[in-house]
Amino acid sequence: MDSVILKTAIRFLLPLLLLASVFLFLRGHNEPGGGFVGGLLASGAIALYAMTHSAAAARQVVRVPPRFLIGAGLLFALVSGVAPLFFGRPFLTGLWTTITTEGLGKLHIGTPLLFDLGVYCVVTGVTLVFVFSLLEE
Amino acid sequence: MLLWLLAILIAAAVAPTVHRGVGSLGRGSLGGWVLAVVPAGVFIALLTLWPSVVNQQDVSVFVDWVPALNLAVSLRLDGLSLLFGLMVTGIGALILVYAGAYLKGDDRLGHLWMLLLLFMAAMLGLVLADNLLTLFIFWELTSITSYLLIGFNSDRPESRASALQALLVTGGGGLVLLPGLILLGLAGNSFEISMLLTSAEPIREHSFYLPMLVLILVGAFTKSAQFPFHFWLPNAMAAPTPISAYLHSATMVKAGVYLIARLHPILGGTAEWFWMIASVGAITMVLGAVLALRATDLKQILAYATISVLGTLTLLLGIGTEATLVAALAVLVAHAFYKGGLFMVAGAIDHSVHQRDVRELGGLRIAMPATFAAAGLAGCSMAGVLPTFGFIAKETWYESVGHIAGNGFLAASILSNIGLVAAVGFVCVKPFFGGRTESTQHAHEGGPAMWGPPVVLGIAGLALGLLPTRISELLATGSGAIAGRTVSVHLALWHGVNVTLLLSLLTLAGGITLYWILRRGQLHRLKPYFYFFEGVIQYGPSRVYHWLLRTVNQFARGQTALLQNGYLRFYLFTMVGLTVASVWMALGDELRSHLEPMPLDVRGHEVLLACLILAAAVVAVRAKTWLLAVGALGVVGYCVAGVFVLFGAPDLAMTQFVIETLTVVLFVMAFSRLPEFRRLSTSATRGRDALIAVVAGATITVLLLFAMTVRSNHPISDYYLAHSVSEAHGRNVVNVILVDFRALDTLGEITVLAIAAIGVYSLLTLRPPKQADGEDDAAEGTEECSRKDAAGTQLDSTAGRAVDAEGV
Repeated sequence: MDSVILKTAIRFLLPLLLLASVFLFLRGHNEPGGGFVGGLLASGAIALYAMTHSAAAARQVVRVPPRFLIGAGLLFALVSGVAPLFFGRPFLTGLWTTITTEGLGKLHIGTPLLFDLGVYCVVTGVTLVFVFSLLEE
Repeated sequence: MLLWLLAILIAAAVAPTVHRGVGSLGRGSLGGWVLAVVPAGVFIALLTLWPSVVNQQDVSVFVDWVPALNLAVSLRLDGLSLLFGLMVTGIGALILVYAGAYLKGDDRLGHLWMLLLLFMAAMLGLVLADNLLTLFIFWELTSITSYLLIGFNSDRPESRASALQALLVTGGGGLVLLPGLILLGLAGNSFEISMLLTSAEPIREHSFYLPMLVLILVGAFTKSAQFPFHFWLPNAMAAPTPISAYLHSATMVKAGVYLIARLHPILGGTAEWFWMIASVGAITMVLGAVLALRATDLKQILAYATISVLGTLTLLLGIGTEATLVAALAVLVAHAFYKGGLFMVAGAIDHSVHQRDVRELGGLRIAMPATFAAAGLAGCSMAGVLPTFGFIAKETWYESVGHIAGNGFLAASILSNIGLVAAVGFVCVKPFFGGRTESTQHAHEGGPAMWGPPVVLGIAGLALGLLPTRISELLATGSGAIAGRTVSVHLALWHGVNVTLLLSLLTLAGGITLYWILRRGQLHRLKPYFYFFEGVIQYGPSRVYHWLLRTVNQFARGQTALLQNGYLRFYLFTMVGLTVASVWMALGDELRSHLEPMPLDVRGHEVLLACLILAAAVVAVRAKTWLLAVGALGVVGYCVAGVFVLFGAPDLAMTQFVIETLTVVLFVMAFSRLPEFRRLSTSATRGRDALIAVVAGATITVLLLFAMTVRSNHPISDYYLAHSVSEAHGRNVVNVILVDFRALDTLGEITVLAIAAIGVYSLLTLRPPKQADGEDDAAEGTEECSRKDAAGTQLDSTAGRAVDAEGV
């Protein structure tokens, strides 16, 4: 697609969109957002980049093959499920802890975040597989 | 006892490593001796338990597995299992050694040892099991391992076909056996065999008795190759000889006999038991002996002779007097010794001269003296010549059958034995005597691992015949376990001149005469009888099997062609049509009765949004270019997202916006390579499709309206709302549900997504070379859409769950 405007705009939009997707992902537990929509937004941004530039260029942006993202995502989700077993809790029970860091204040963090990261990675990886397969055909 | 099974399983696991390790030392067959230590150890362990078993002490293990389902692993050693256990491990150890020599230098030797040991563990578990379900699991394990063993030469099609046939017949039998065992467990109110023994009387009078007996017997008959399921056993000879010697003579085929014996004290003693089992046994016995004479391949002769002996065992168990039970066990022991030995002899001959056709064999006694000695010992036992154990077994057999009313069974026994004696002539006399033939010119003796095991078995058969006191003890305990009461046995080699001895002599004389007639080529006189058997029996059940196999395949092909015809429109038609039809069939009346006019309380901008959705949908349908159609669909999606915004579901709206964008992008990518729209369908077809679409849409609308009226009073969402912060530390209920409350569902869904990605990837990148055909391109394009649709549907369904969650 030879649209100069889109081509130029996307180079500036891509980092912003990716940042927004991480933002959506992180705020998901308390505000609208989450790993699913975050992953979709990230893959949408990369899809636009792939369409305007090339699939090869987009692969460079992602750095890892999309199937690694899928595998890693499934692994994250599985780890967050298995971890509670070591504490004598049922599979996929959320484990929470509070970390205090100098200057940053308190951070309440738990395994559901890891699980959501898994969802984020799988959704991104799957959509990118679709996009790249279609574009490189 | 669990330890024994574990030891054998561990030996199986390390067998390939042992083979590689020993192979690097340059002594390929040494691994057999090493691995044989394990079953030999179990054999000795069983021997040490002999005194306590004979004294009726309880030797058992009980491990509760799933108490709620009455599942337990319980093992128990009594006389019957001890007898079988000794055979399984003792002969198993010899077979491991023999296999090392038989497949010397073959890379697959480690694999073979592993499978043999796995099979051994399954068989040992089967004879030790005291729980019906444990027994069944081991039963199926023997079927599976024997499938792998028969198909060991997996590069040969006939080997694969035989393996499949054995699996289908015995596996099908197992399928029939399972409900039989369950009925038995229900009728006896327990799955422990030792518990069932105490309630034998009520079980025999239970209304389930006849069905359970028939089902169990079908299972046992398939496994033990009884008529009409006998046809798989000769075909199973496609396996290498060590496997045939072990599975198809000494152990696996006796599992059915074992089951009948094991259940005799519970189910036996009725008229149904007697007639069903004894008649099938008698038919099989005679049939096997006749077919053995028809065969010319050494292993085929032995296979049919095995069928005959299995028939004998079944017959004796079916008659079920104390004397016949003892005779059954005596025949069983004698057979294990001589048949195992004869198979190994046949394997040694095959290994040496690569010929198993008896017509081509001759004069081997000089070249292979040790093998000849083994064949002589085993042959004497099989023919029932004094002073082998085979003689004692046959005497006991004739004696016990002669004592029951009616001489039909005795006559059948003598006839079958005459046939077996003649078969001994073909297996043990013909290949070794006479002049050397063309194929036996270069015969040579194999190593001690080759002739050692059959010689050991032959000498053991002779020793048991000369000193039958110890084995009498075991047979007494074993038949006591079958009879359900104490049985005293006094086997002796010489009973003086009596009717039984005369019958034995008559059998020998008849057999030798028969061999002489057949040997002299005067077969043509007997040919009409053979043709009769061939036509009616040998090919009958086998034909049915092949017909069934063909029909099932044809049915599957026809059904696939009908349901998976490759037309996307057909799939859509089926899916949508079935959904609509099933909704109306299941809920039709309720849907109609719940439809009431609802108060329309709408705001202006909502009406506007609804109109926009409708208009975009119409445009999408009427569009002449794909770009317009895709764009119009995008408008529909965005408007739906707008509805979510208006009704306070920001999460959902956001997801919908992103998904809609991505969908349009993917559609554009896919469609940009396709030709422009063309109108290929007739107006009638389009009308039909429109009708389907309208009906489907209306159904879903009605269903949604209905769903709103039947909400339960306490929706689950209340719980989620109340516990979201306190238990899951999150204020966004939708996300908390996705990643915490119902994380297992999400885990499943992302897994499905990953699988969808693999599917799309392989469909798009791995496909056959393109044909230079425009039609073909178009067809591929349609497929692409369907793939993308599938992916889109998956994304949507995940979003759909969010709808459920947010519709609070």
